Amino acid sequence: MLHADVLCGADLLDIEVTCGFGCDLISDSLCFARPGCLLLTGLTNVQIIRLAEMVEARAIVFVRGKRPGEDVIKLAREKGLPLLATDLFLFESCGILYQAGLRSS
Amino acid sequence: MQLKFQVKGMDFGRAGQAATKIKKALQLAGMDPATIRKAIIIAYEAEMNIVIHAYHGTLTANITPHKVEIIAEDEGPGIPDIPLAMQEGYSTAPPHIREMGFGAGMGLPNIKKSADELDIQSEVNKGTRLWAAVFNN
Repeated sequence: MLHADVLCGADLLDIEVTCGFGCDLISDSLCFARPGCLLLTGLTNVQIIRLAEMVEARAIVFVRGKRPGEDVIKLAREKGLPLLATDLFLFESCGILYQAGLRSS
Repeated sequence: MQLKFQVKGMDFGRAGQAATKIKKALQLAGMDPATIRKAIIIAYEAEMNIVIHAYHGTLTANITPHKVEIIAEDEGPGIPDIPLAMQEGYSTAPPHIREMGFGAGMGLPNIKKSADELDIQSEVNKGTRLWAAVFNN
């Protein structure tokens, strides 16, 4: 749907996410993202993996063509967190997933 | 139970680890999910405040069945105007910190919202001590 590349966790792509949350701010993600969510973000530094672990996000989609570094992908792999990357913008990515039935965190 | 972690200024590679460990301890202790959520917002934001603003510090969690205390003590520049720092959107973080998704000026406001009790003491050019408590209902 998002024409996304899988950066890691290809074997985990059949997991279920309960909701979605799109955000480029760490503090807001911490407060509003719910456990079990799919996190959509343009942040690619290692903090986003730590944040995902903290809020118990199930997977991350990087938007706007952003790609994290190898260290970030390695940490996600260790934590069993699938990472995907799409060239679509955050708004469009969320819109497509919403239309497909995914609801907000 | 007490957990205590050293936190280094500007160490973004490890930042967030202390809060993650505190979360796991709270889950193991069987605390209420709402309590854990609030305590973790406080712990993570307080840890990031040390990383972003201070030279070094400690993050401590005191866990009892009825209450979680989070204490963040640092040596650093201190906060000259605490009420101003408590305002949503007020931030002194430089641009390169903001590019990482931090520095939106929501750290202390989020801590205030999540804490049942909060006390912040700060001395300019010395450091800051933040004490917060969340009651486990």
